[in-house]
Amino acid sequence: MSYETDIARIETIVGELERSEVPLDDALRLFEEGIERLRAASAALMQAEARVRKLIEESDGGFTLADFES
Amino acid sequence: MKRGSRRPAPQTELLEPQLFPVAEPPRAYGPRSIMAAAMSLAVPQIPGTSPESAVSVELLTQQAKDVIEGAFPRIWIRGEMSDFKPHRNGHWYFCLRGASAQIKCVMWSRDQRGVPTAPEDGMQVVALGQPTVYPAQGALQCTIYAIDAVGDGLWRKALDEATARLRADGLLEPSRKRALPRFPRRVAVITSPDGAALRDIIAVMRRRCPTVEIVLVPAKVQGDGAPADLARAIDCVARWGHADTVIIGRGGGAREDLWAFNSEIVARSLAACAIPTISAVGHEVDITLCDLVADHRAATPSAAAEAAVPVLAEARAEAAAMLLALREALVRQVQRRRDRVERAAHDLHVGVTRTTERRSARMTAIAGKLHALSPLATLARGYAVARDASGATLASTSDFVPGVDFDLLLRDGTVRATTRSVLDAAPAAEERT
Repeated sequence: MSYETDIARIETIVGELERSEVPLDDALRLFEEGIERLRAASAALMQAEARVRKLIEESDGGFTLADFES
Repeated sequence: MKRGSRRPAPQTELLEPQLFPVAEPPRAYGPRSIMAAAMSLAVPQIPGTSPESAVSVELLTQQAKDVIEGAFPRIWIRGEMSDFKPHRNGHWYFCLRGASAQIKCVMWSRDQRGVPTAPEDGMQVVALGQPTVYPAQGALQCTIYAIDAVGDGLWRKALDEATARLRADGLLEPSRKRALPRFPRRVAVITSPDGAALRDIIAVMRRRCPTVEIVLVPAKVQGDGAPADLARAIDCVARWGHADTVIIGRGGGAREDLWAFNSEIVARSLAACAIPTISAVGHEVDITLCDLVADHRAATPSAAAEAAVPVLAEARAEAAAMLLALREALVRQVQRRRDRVERAAHDLHVGVTRTTERRSARMTAIAGKLHALSPLATLARGYAVARDASGATLASTSDFVPGVDFDLLLRDGTVRATTRSVLDAAPAAEERT
């Protein structure tokens, strides 16, 4: 699930909750889903500083990432 | 036509003596002067000085070739392209023309790699050539090693042709442009590992959003083989499949240095890339083919890095705002429910009151009417009502039976009475009405 999809879904949920009155059960379910998605989307924001790496294609067609001195 | 492969074998020189030592500067070569030289030396066995010692055509043309090649280094020649013929075997044959002279030229296919595209007849060109003699035709010609249009005509033509091909295949359609992911987790950077472009991209991305992983895909960005290497790197990123955005680029440079980014195979690889692409070729004026097919064009590698990632602090603020919006939306749901209950209670109260009021008004009206119609009211005005013992009203003379008791209701009480006799109503009075 990409950041976009999560954010877009949260926006839809907020819109739905704001626009019309939904049954309370549904409202709570939507809210919980929104919180879950926000947690997923925010995970990337809270990561540690990423390193620069170099993509190496192996002779067997596989790929490895090596640290790159920059 | 295999002019290149039909050069005379070198052993010709061994079989037949040389006319002139090639190292010596040639003087005059007419038959007469050859003859004179031979006579003055008085060496009768010098070839070609007598009918008996006539030389072969091969010897003459080979000697001419050696002399011409020895006399001229490779030189740049300016002229107009004409009779251009690309042969099936890949070699080019053409003429370079001046106002009143021309020379045949050949350019071997292996030397054409540096030429962006085939020149056209009529084009003003400069060509680096080695003047020589083609013995099979006894003709003076030039072997061409490099060619360029005067100005940037040839580069422009190559670019225009490639652009037209890409457009014909629909690769330049604006509708093909994909949106870049707002928050990529991994950005692949296709560039030279020791170029300024990579340093700039790393610096900008670290500053804006240090959590995003940068994956370098090293590639040769200029010189021989750069287009193929760039295309390979793009393909490599696509097959690896773990990047969310690809930046391909290099820092600024001369037109020739940027030329790999105008190569059609690079442009086609980029157009085919499954991951959203940013082209970042550092240049001011020209737009490269890569710029045209990429999803996003950045003027510099730094600008590409800015387009690729958001500012982390802003993204965090956005996430916080979303959390707030979610909470508020839920609170509003509850609030809206409470409001509705309150509204319903109020409406109920109002409704009930109104119904009661309406009913009471109707009662008053009915009561009024009832009152007006009540026989009691009539009695109040001084009338009396006769009723029999069962309470039925005696309204006609026929209701009365002589000798039978009846009650007479008055305003303030009842009088017990007895019918003495019943008189018929006056017929005259009935007729009058």
